[in-house]
Amino acid sequence: MAKQYEFRIKGLPYLLVLPQMVIVFIFFFWPAAQAIWQSFFLQDPFGGQYIFVGLENYQALFTDEASAYAQSFWVSVFFAVSVTVLAMSLSLFLAVQANKKIRAASFYKTMMIWPYAVATLIAGVLWLFMFNPNVGVVAWFLKHRLGYEWQHLLNTGQALTLLILAASWRQMSYNFVFFLAGLQSVPNDFIEAAAIDGAGPARRFWKIIFPILSPTTFYLLVMNLVYGFFETFPIVHQVTAGGPGKSTAILVYKVWRDGVVNLDLGGSSAQSVILMLMVIGLTIVQFRFIERRVNY
Amino acid sequence: MKRFSLLMLALLLCASTIFAQIQIDWWHAMTGKNGQMVEELAKRFNDSQTAYKVVPVYKGSYSDTMNAGIAAFRAKQAPHIIQVYEVGTATMMNAGGAVYPVYKLMKDSGEKFDPKVYIPTITGYYSTSKGEMLSLPFNSSTAVMYYNKDAFRKAGLDPEKPPVTWPEFFEVAKKLKASGMEGGFSTNWISWIQLENFSAWHNQSFGTKNNGFDGLDTQLVFNTPLTIKHFETLYELSKDKTFIYGGRENKANPLFTSGTVGMHFESIGGYGNFKNTAKFDFGVARLPYYPEVKDAPQNTIIGGASLWVFNGKPKDDYKGVAKFFTFLSQPEIQAFWHQSTGYVPITVASYELTKKQGFYDANPGPEVAIKQLLNKAPTGNSRGIRFGNFNIIREIEDQTWEDILAGKISVRDGLNKMVADGNAELRKFERLYKK
Repeated sequence: MAKQYEFRIKGLPYLLVLPQMVIVFIFFFWPAAQAIWQSFFLQDPFGGQYIFVGLENYQALFTDEASAYAQSFWVSVFFAVSVTVLAMSLSLFLAVQANKKIRAASFYKTMMIWPYAVATLIAGVLWLFMFNPNVGVVAWFLKHRLGYEWQHLLNTGQALTLLILAASWRQMSYNFVFFLAGLQSVPNDFIEAAAIDGAGPARRFWKIIFPILSPTTFYLLVMNLVYGFFETFPIVHQVTAGGPGKSTAILVYKVWRDGVVNLDLGGSSAQSVILMLMVIGLTIVQFRFIERRVNY
Repeated sequence: MKRFSLLMLALLLCASTIFAQIQIDWWHAMTGKNGQMVEELAKRFNDSQTAYKVVPVYKGSYSDTMNAGIAAFRAKQAPHIIQVYEVGTATMMNAGGAVYPVYKLMKDSGEKFDPKVYIPTITGYYSTSKGEMLSLPFNSSTAVMYYNKDAFRKAGLDPEKPPVTWPEFFEVAKKLKASGMEGGFSTNWISWIQLENFSAWHNQSFGTKNNGFDGLDTQLVFNTPLTIKHFETLYELSKDKTFIYGGRENKANPLFTSGTVGMHFESIGGYGNFKNTAKFDFGVARLPYYPEVKDAPQNTIIGGASLWVFNGKPKDDYKGVAKFFTFLSQPEIQAFWHQSTGYVPITVASYELTKKQGFYDANPGPEVAIKQLLNKAPTGNSRGIRFGNFNIIREIEDQTWEDILAGKISVRDGLNKMVADGNAELRKFERLYKK
């Protein structure tokens, strides 16, 4: 049974939690409430005019063809899933390799972790430099050595590919650290016993290592999806600015663009309320699964 | 202890007499060399008198600066002066009580102020249709054509005779490409250069109600046969890369500086940048026009930003703001700003002064831009553009243009879509501000 402490002064516990609650209130609840409130209005940026429009801002997102919200949603899903799959599978592969007894293993490990120190925005700039259709090294190589025209300013597929590569590259380090730690906690006895029983490397991996890694994998799955959906904003901002057309304007980018640059506060608030609901949904899923894992 | 506090008090009193100077906050979005010049302007003003101290603060990009200003105004912490880009003009104009119009500010503070000394194409952009100046033009530019003289020589063309009309221009572009260049030409700012300036230069309406100057119930009308023809030509030429697309805003510049294309459209504000980065001899020419259009060429319109004054400060502060604006409008100061940044001067006198100083002998480029602005007295089609949600409209144009180039939509449908989607934005703005 857990020990229980009793505070002699009745109000003290409340007082102790108060600073944290104040911070949460000021920086989370208040803005969230404001977003909900503003999403029902059409307003001028200076706050001089407010017109109550009910659910019109939400309705516009789903019916207004020009806002292309549905398209933005599906691009976001595709983008986040691609980044998650690519970043996780590559980093798992590399973590398994780095976990073997090889020469200079610690050097490889260090190099693998390095990209995480690069700010997301800078990661975007780096990849943009390499793939710039006019001056990029890779774009030049593709065009002049392989005869492949790289023009992500007009080609949606190429633009998405570039974004996914840049976003995955940075996230791989994070995944790598967790996978490596997970791999190192796999007991050697299990693997040796399986080897004696005649299981090959592939079978050992899928039957023993991968199941033991599953809590790590699940945690990373959630973190990568969140990263893909929400934290990749700087890369999109830097590399494509949502183009060509608006084919790579993912949800978070669109919220920022419509609110901050285009000053459509009502529409932008409605979008952020929808995003908020998505985050709440993701969090619930995460907690339910993780709670099960803890019991296991 | 008592003596110490007395000493402190004395010090404080001294300090307060020193700081009796009124501080005037000026938020801006200028970086690099232009940012240094902003500091220099403030310094010169502060050195010229003792009553006021102008403090420039860099607030990030144009949209960052505008947002910071809006947030600060809502929190009652607004600066005195804020630099707002041209697309934000209608939002500022309709901000009601938030803004103190410049013409009124000058009158109320008893500063001598004659709107006639300013270049009409520039101040017109920021004035009511009655000619009342709402904000002070600060950094103004216009679109011009840059061409690579070395490439012209190589292609057997006369480097002192850049093409004047669009048909000539396209011929030259093809010749440049035939001479071994990867492409013929490129352009920055599709929306600002190939639509807005294109319309003004041909004296065709961009929007009804004098491009929005006479009311919020304006409609976009730039999808004319002339524009469609122009864009169809651009699209056709993009297929064999006589025209190369280089990205939105000013992202196409490397195409010109790297020698990939021989001709390029860009703001005159980019002149200094090209002087530093282009490793070849280049020239500046006027925008081409279609000779069959009766009134062409008319005059081009400006881009850039102006200085707006926020309401709600003590009256004495505004005296300082007015003095600072008078200071900024002086010919010497304007000539200095013009010559060190490449932005066009806002008064006729400063242009004359720069000419007298011989600046254009070594730098003929900037004069092309001024002459283009002064080409004819502006009409309702060429005074400027005054749209709400202007930023979104430009974005729609940029996005649709990319869809046209990618072959997702035809030129005609694309231009019609720009107009239709843009009009929806105009209606949203109208609905919000209709009295």
